[in-house]
Amino acid sequence: MKDTDGYMTEDGRQIGGVLMEMKNITLRFGGVVAIQDISFDVREGEIRAIIGPNGAGKSSMLNVISGFYHPQEGEVWYKGERRPAMKPYEVARLGVARTFQNIALFEGMSVLDNVMTGRLTHMHAGIGAQALWWGTARDEEIANRRKVEEVIDFLEIQHIRKTPVGTLPYGLKKRVELARALAAQPSILLLDEPMAGMNVEEKEDMSRFILDVNDEFGTTIALIEHDMGVVMDISDRVVVMDYGKKIGDGTPEEVRSNQDVIDAYLGVAH
Amino acid sequence: MLYRTAGQFKTTYKADQALFPVRQDAVLLAIILLFAWVIFPLTASEFAFQTLLIPIMIYALAALGLNILTGYAGQLSLGTAAFMGVGAYACYKMVTLMPWMNPILAILLSGIFSAGVGVAFGIPSLRIKGFYLAIATLAAQFFLVWLFEKWAWLYNYNASGAIQVPNLDIFGIYVAGPQASSVVQYFVVLGIVTLLTLLCINLTRGNLGRTWKATRDMDIAAELIGINLMKSKLTAFAVSSYVVGVAGALFVFMWRGAAEPNLFDIPLSFRILFIAIIGGLGSILGNYLGAILIVGLPVVLGIVPEALGLPVSSAMVEHLNIMIVGGLIIFFLIIEPHGLARLWALIREKLILWPFPH
Repeated sequence: MKDTDGYMTEDGRQIGGVLMEMKNITLRFGGVVAIQDISFDVREGEIRAIIGPNGAGKSSMLNVISGFYHPQEGEVWYKGERRPAMKPYEVARLGVARTFQNIALFEGMSVLDNVMTGRLTHMHAGIGAQALWWGTARDEEIANRRKVEEVIDFLEIQHIRKTPVGTLPYGLKKRVELARALAAQPSILLLDEPMAGMNVEEKEDMSRFILDVNDEFGTTIALIEHDMGVVMDISDRVVVMDYGKKIGDGTPEEVRSNQDVIDAYLGVAH
Repeated sequence: MLYRTAGQFKTTYKADQALFPVRQDAVLLAIILLFAWVIFPLTASEFAFQTLLIPIMIYALAALGLNILTGYAGQLSLGTAAFMGVGAYACYKMVTLMPWMNPILAILLSGIFSAGVGVAFGIPSLRIKGFYLAIATLAAQFFLVWLFEKWAWLYNYNASGAIQVPNLDIFGIYVAGPQASSVVQYFVVLGIVTLLTLLCINLTRGNLGRTWKATRDMDIAAELIGINLMKSKLTAFAVSSYVVGVAGALFVFMWRGAAEPNLFDIPLSFRILFIAIIGGLGSILGNYLGAILIVGLPVVLGIVPEALGLPVSSAMVEHLNIMIVGGLIIFFLIIEPHGLARLWALIREKLILWPFPH
């Protein structure tokens, strides 16, 4: 039995018990083994990174967590219970929100509407009330708008609130996508390459937002990232994958000095 | 100047989410409603009612129904006319089986039947998308028209195979059938169209509308943020088919007066699809603009040669009409591929800034 006490980070944040645990996950696509017998956990309040070279199986792992792929072997434990195989939308309703490697915003809608879609797991008014814009439907619309405005305020995208998403530059789209995920008030936030394709300044902004989200809302974050500098700076613990296998797990310092990890990234002399 | 929004500040979310947050829009709508409810009924001729006002509203309502499915939820459908037929036949059966029934209630209830049929034919949408779904809805089109023809119970076994609208009255005022006056029918159509449009505006701007639009724009992302795609698509089919079914019942009971099965054949489906596309997919206003163009333009063009005193035969007028309307459709789609509603949105944006360029 694992301890549930958590630990203290270097910067003095208290990390709680295990929120999500992957136990011996194996995922195959036909003959290709994308993930092979990987186990790791994500603790409450933690920023957990999954890194690895291209094709290591990181995105597959994130897709397993968000319920998009169903592993052939292994179990996903969430909040102390084994999570049965469920549809992605059911997983989302359990409090798992995510962003995507290639931005997956709803291009035909405004920023505000996009972020509002993040709240829809919290809205329950019936179709009749919605059609009349009356009672619970209207109250919900206003209450959730308030929540959404908090997120918009937090991520500093007030000025583009009513702009159609399709016209926004890349960096802002990434931020809107984060806003949509945050609006759901998730227990765990999955970020698939949040800094991909950004310049240094945008990366700094995004890093700050990720840290602030964690700090202010106490949101547990699991992220995939290529930029080593960023990962080592912001994450508490790191899982390293290569060819579908786990080759390292631990604090950034531990991972940095791990010989397997160095070999995977720099190559080995034969 | 006329459309300046500066100074209209919102201090509550409720005000910001009002139906028309910009004052000028509300004024414009009030003027249109004044014309529709007061001025047209007082001034319009029989000809205007029968060739312009009533059909434009019915076509706009049918296009609105289709737009919910195709424009908002992104599910392409070619079976609109068949779902209109379901509404019309359901209404016919109700008023003939239960003659005491309020005809307006019958029209509103008939949409429920087409909603059910729509959901049944919408089930394939869970697995297929785009053009392939269009083919599946085409199957609905052929199957239902065949059913209207072969299932004699639907038209009460009469020899002609067509349905004839009986005289129906509410408190002694005829609202349908040969004895009904155009003004009364106009008011019935206007009332129902206004009501359904309002409900559809609310649905599309609320949570359900966002769910539909998310499904349309990126279904995988929609599912991963917690949208049950099956529910989202099937509610779109249900709401859309309901509106289309009511439009079908109005089409026969308030305008045509009689219907044969082939009235609901594929040309009608295409006509409504044209209205929705030219008006603008994903817009409520567009359906009205599209219907005005597609239904109104031929009528206006038909009057012009006579008014100018040109000696043109009526067959010639008809052919010219088809060519001109066809040309205009292409013209409008070239200047604004996203439909007339977008054109209006651009004009409105310019008006807000006018007379300053920035």
